[in-house]
Amino acid sequence: MAMTIHIDIVSAEGAIHSGHAEMVYAPGVMGELGIAPRHTPLVTHLKPGDVRVDTGKEMLHFYVSGGILEVQPHVVTVLADTAIRATDLDEAAAIEAKRKAEEALAGQKEAFEYAKAQAELAEAVAQLRAIEKLRKIKKS
Amino acid sequence: MAGAKEIRTKIASIKNTQKITSAMEMVAAAKMRKAQDRKNATRPYADKMRNVIGHLYHAHPEYTHTFMKERDISRVGYIVISSDRGLCGGLNSNLFRKLTREIKKQQEAGIQVNFCIIGSKALGFFKRFGGKVLAQATHLGDAPRIEQLIGAVKVMLDAYEQGEIDRIYVAYNGFVNTMTQDPTIEQLVPIVGEADKELKHHWDYLYEPDSKEVLDGLLTRYIESLVYQSVVENGACEQSARMVAMKAATDNAGNLIDELQLVYNKARQAAITQEISEIVAGAAAV
Repeated sequence: MAMTIHIDIVSAEGAIHSGHAEMVYAPGVMGELGIAPRHTPLVTHLKPGDVRVDTGKEMLHFYVSGGILEVQPHVVTVLADTAIRATDLDEAAAIEAKRKAEEALAGQKEAFEYAKAQAELAEAVAQLRAIEKLRKIKKS
Repeated sequence: MAGAKEIRTKIASIKNTQKITSAMEMVAAAKMRKAQDRKNATRPYADKMRNVIGHLYHAHPEYTHTFMKERDISRVGYIVISSDRGLCGGLNSNLFRKLTREIKKQQEAGIQVNFCIIGSKALGFFKRFGGKVLAQATHLGDAPRIEQLIGAVKVMLDAYEQGEIDRIYVAYNGFVNTMTQDPTIEQLVPIVGEADKELKHHWDYLYEPDSKEVLDGLLTRYIESLVYQSVVENGACEQSARMVAMKAATDNAGNLIDELQLVYNKARQAAITQEISEIVAGAAAV
């Protein structure tokens, strides 16, 4: 039997694949990598692309939109991103989150008043319930 | 039979409410299963990542990343995770109560507090509560995706890196079981407890492109995945809390209907008795 290497592909939202392979191909940032058993330990970022797993019988394909690859002599771990990442994209997302916070707290009264009113209502209901409970206890 | 009609309409209206609450209970029960599965699915990623970070840490004990360094605290950040919708019992208010106590303690110690909000309910709360909100992400839906959180988490991490915040906590509801949710506040950054892990092997890694960049990407993703995990866990809590709350509401409606039915029957009987006595009296008078 040919030598195999254990491969795990996981993303933040769930495990994608786990099994043995004779060879794993991955799109590293510095170029395509082919990983055979007893590969030297390595950590690298991945580019968006295809991770191919050669099990000896068939070739499995997994698309990753980036992530991190860790290689130990008998274990390969792909920490796959589910989102497309790039510095400027992340930056844009951060700015968006900030803007939303400012908007919600400063302007845009209507939508916000509703949420506030709701919160106040919930509190009032909770108080009423407490009073009711107290009354019941007093009665009995 | 004056009151009888009113009581009847009241019973009908409560029955309608009961139908709604029991439907919500069933929906929440179905969603809860999925939310729990989702929660369990996030575990392998974080575990694997923790392993890799542990290995890296051992390979390079002399290099400590900013995310691992403790420093003096003058301002802390809280990532507060709440549900987007209400009708889930005391889930959110329990968390906010715990958080308020914690914040008071911090403020008494002269530490300033900033927030990052995830979920509409927390937004409503902080509008009244006050406090500086750096970022928010709401309307994540039943199946939150990690890219919905990247922006908000990055704002906090950037603030941390620039020294505006010296520590980041995450506040969410921990899932104990269907009946119990545990409001939890955990320290997120600096990362704790990774360093002292015992490892059997350690490798001398090759890094591509270089160790700092790799570690950077790794730690950012790790923190994001922790926040994501908390969001998903909070989601499972939300559904189970809603299920329990709606079940209680349905039961209460049932009790109310029983009580009202009794009152209604009494009123009806009284009316009939009165009618009979009137007829008898009338007959006697003839």
